[in-house]
Amino acid sequence: MEVSMSVNGETRTSDVEPRTLLVHHIRDALGLTGTNIGCDTSSCGACTIHVNGESVKSCTMLAVQADGTEITTIEGLAGDDGELHPMQAAFMECHGLQCGYCTPGMVMAATSLVAENPDGLDETAVRQGLEGNLCRCTGYHNIVKAVLSVGGTA
Amino acid sequence: MIPAAFDYMVADSAEAAIAALAEHGDEAKLLAGGHSLIPLMRFRLAAPAMLVDIGRLDDLSYINDAGDHIAIGAMTKHRTLETSDLLAAEAPLLRHVAGEVGDPSVRHRGTLGGSLAHGDPASDLPAALLACGGSLVITGPSGERVVEAPDFFTGFLETALADDEMVTEIRIPKAGGVGWSYQKFNRRAQDWAIVGAAVMLGPDPKVALVNMGSAPMRHAGVESGLAGGAGADAASVAGDDVDPPEDLNADAEYRRHLARVLVGRGIAEASA
Repeated sequence: MEVSMSVNGETRTSDVEPRTLLVHHIRDALGLTGTNIGCDTSSCGACTIHVNGESVKSCTMLAVQADGTEITTIEGLAGDDGELHPMQAAFMECHGLQCGYCTPGMVMAATSLVAENPDGLDETAVRQGLEGNLCRCTGYHNIVKAVLSVGGTA
Repeated sequence: MIPAAFDYMVADSAEAAIAALAEHGDEAKLLAGGHSLIPLMRFRLAAPAMLVDIGRLDDLSYINDAGDHIAIGAMTKHRTLETSDLLAAEAPLLRHVAGEVGDPSVRHRGTLGGSLAHGDPASDLPAALLACGGSLVITGPSGERVVEAPDFFTGFLETALADDEMVTEIRIPKAGGVGWSYQKFNRRAQDWAIVGAAVMLGPDPKVALVNMGSAPMRHAGVESGLAGGAGADAASVAGDDVDPPEDLNADAEYRRHLARVLVGRGIAEASA
C-alpha cells in the first residue's frame, strides 16, 4: 500500500508491503543507511529515529504505521551546510564512541531525551534515559559526558 | 525476522475497528503501539491475517478527572501517563509504573490499553491496574461493559476480551494520599521483571504480583494479612498459593523468595 511520510524534511512516498518494518523501509527503500539494525527486538536502540519529534525504535514499528508522520534520521540532524548538530559535536568532542555502531541511535535517543527535559538532566537521569540504547565499547562514560555537555543541569 | 504477510487497515473510529473484528473473527488483531504484538509477529509466535490499526484513534488518548475515578483512554501512551500531573495527584502508583515500562523510546509508542490487552503476567502495568483496584471499559458490537481488573486477566496472554471487543477506557479509583509502592526486580536495565510487586495500602489494601503465575494476579493471603494489621509481616505468605514460572532467570523457589522480599519492601515503603 502507498505510504507517505516526511523524512528529514522531504516528502517520500512509496509502495510498501504492510509487513515492512520501518527500519527496513528507511534503509532499503529510502537508502538512508545511517540507521543501524542491531538486536531486531527493540532492546538495543541501534535503530532509534524520531517520529514526530520523539525517539522510537524503528525495528518495532511498521512502515505503514508511519504514514503521515514526520521522520528524522541521523542523516537529518546536521544543518544543510553540514554543520553538526550540537549533540553530534558533543559526541565527537567527548569521544563518545569507539566502533560507532550504536552512535546514530544513541545520538537520536539523546536528542529526544534532552528535548523532553528542558530544565536539564543530571547524570542519573541521562543513564536511565539512555537505558534502551546499548553500547558495547565505551562503557558509556564518555557518552554520558557528551549528553551532559549538551543537556546537563549545570 | 520479518512478520508473516497480513492485510492491514487503519480504523478511523472504535466502531470501525470493532466492525472489522466482527467481520474477521480470530483472524484479526488490533494494532495499537505495536510494542507487544510486532515482536510476537516477528518471531512468528503470532501470525494474524488482518491487522486493524487503532493507533491513530486520538480520541482514545486522554486522562480525565471523572469524579471518584480517573478515566484514561485506551490509546494513552506510557509517556503521557508518566508525565501526567493529574495522575501524580490521584493515581501515583499507575504513573510511576508507566515510567518503569521498557525504556523511553518504547514508552513513546506503547499504550496502556495495548499493554493490558496483551495480558502478559511479566509486564508491569497489569499489576499496577490490579493494585489500584481499576477496571476496564470493553466495547463490542452490542455496546460497553465494565470489567474489574481481576476478572479481566484470565490466563497466559489471555483476557476476558471476546474476538470482537476492544478495551476503550481504563478507570482508576482516586487514591491521592494513599501509601503505595512498586518493587521491580531485574538483573539488567530495561529487562522485564523477574518478579515484581505492586502494593496499595488504605482501608482495602491490594497487593499484585508480576511474573508469579500464568496471569497477572493479586495475592489474597498477603492482602488479608495487611487488612488484619500485620504490616510488613504480611509478606511472609507472598510465596504461598502461587505457581510461579521457571526460566533461565529464576526457578520457582527463587521467585517465591523474591516475592516475599519484594512484597516486604513494598509494604515498608508504602507505609513510610
